[in-house]
Amino acid sequence: MQTLKVKVWRGTEEGAFQEFEVPRQESQTVLDVVTYVQRKCDPTLAYRFACRVGVCGSCAMTVNGRSRWTCRTHVDKVAEDGTVEIAPLRNLPVIKDLVTDMKEFFDKWAKARGRFSGSKTRKDEFERVSPESKERKRVDAGIECIGCGVCYSACDVVSWNRDYLGPAALNRAWTLVNDVRDTAQAERLAAVAGDAGCHACHTHLNCTERCPKGLSPTAGIAGLKRAVLSATLSGELAD
Amino acid sequence: MSRRTEVLLWGAQRLSAMVLALCVVVHLVTMILAVRSGLSGAEILGRTQGNVAWFAFYTLFVAAVSVHAPIGLRTILGETLGWRGSATNLLVSAFGIALALWGLRAVFAVFGGAAS
Amino acid sequence: MNTPGMKNDYRARNHPAYWAFIVHRVSGLLLTLFLPLHFWALGQAFHGAAGLDNFLAWTHNPLVKFAETGLVLLLAAHMAGGLRLLLIEFLDWREWQKSLLAVAAGISLVCGLAFLLNVG
Repeated sequence: MQTLKVKVWRGTEEGAFQEFEVPRQESQTVLDVVTYVQRKCDPTLAYRFACRVGVCGSCAMTVNGRSRWTCRTHVDKVAEDGTVEIAPLRNLPVIKDLVTDMKEFFDKWAKARGRFSGSKTRKDEFERVSPESKERKRVDAGIECIGCGVCYSACDVVSWNRDYLGPAALNRAWTLVNDVRDTAQAERLAAVAGDAGCHACHTHLNCTERCPKGLSPTAGIAGLKRAVLSATLSGELAD
Repeated sequence: MSRRTEVLLWGAQRLSAMVLALCVVVHLVTMILAVRSGLSGAEILGRTQGNVAWFAFYTLFVAAVSVHAPIGLRTILGETLGWRGSATNLLVSAFGIALALWGLRAVFAVFGGAAS
Repeated sequence: MNTPGMKNDYRARNHPAYWAFIVHRVSGLLLTLFLPLHFWALGQAFHGAAGLDNFLAWTHNPLVKFAETGLVLLLAAHMAGGLRLLLIEFLDWREWQKSLLAVAAGISLVCGLAFLLNVG
């Protein structure tokens, strides 16, 4: 039987790779491999997953050095010399083995004013937003984010600047900036401005390269840069 | 540093970049043409001394680069060495001013002369 | 304050846009360091044509010519790479942003070559 050599990270930020042999199977995903290790080799292995089909965004890990969603990453695609190295996401505290603490990641969504604020009640008519409008198309381009943290893990600016909000939170803010129903725009632009916000982005495109949903947070961040600059020049940016 | 200032610095970096892009194209073309026949001091100064248009152009060039380079340097110091805050801001501001003065001195040396 | 967690290595960064960033940052830094020297050299014109000639004699050294070509290449690369960034930041997203990289690299090489051929 053909086997795969798997190196799995054990410990917290301090730790080491532990090697396992896992039987190869057709259409085997990296998550299948991790699950095999946990069920057949070492039940103390900690990892996180839920849906197994690329919807929930829980199973992201670092596979052979690159951040990926493991449930939809085929071993065939990533194995190098019959080996797969599996580690936790970068830029997040490691709780145990392959599990990171996502608190800072999600807190930054809140800091980037990533929630919708509307003015209407259930008694009002529906707002009509044309699918053809420029704003709606921009929302469409960024809305499919599943919050997996791959972009945050891949981003160098996050590594260099702890306060940086990161690609996912800024991408979320951009979809709301383009939501014509939203009433908290001034507050949001202030939240994403400056060195901890969109203007820290260096267009490395790490996030765009790695996003499993094929989104480009870089594009949204560029939009925020422009929107915040024009708000600043017209004196509308809150300090 | 306030949020507004950060955004304005970013804007200044981009605006100076746009000016510099034009300046650099002109600079590159002039440079490549000028070196064709070999350079001599007399030839260079004959071409440049007292030329008001070139004097103005290079003054703008120096001004733009004195805005652009310190802002870039500030980012690099913050990200690579973790130098953030008022001491670093002071340092790069001083660098920008020194660069501007030093550059203007060069512009005067090459393009001033007969005009002044 | 450091960002917690493990850090990426070269494997995460090995893609064209990241290389473009490295080129942009390194060229920007080197050009910034070079500028004071450049201004000093131009300042020799205060001593008239003779002052410049003294300096120019030094630049006939093949090694200096090699370094000059390197500088032209750095300048062209920083400009072309910067234009690419301006286009990405100020225009709405285009699928052709990846081709911009190739164009920027092409412009830099053409400038470097043109200088090298003419200075020879």
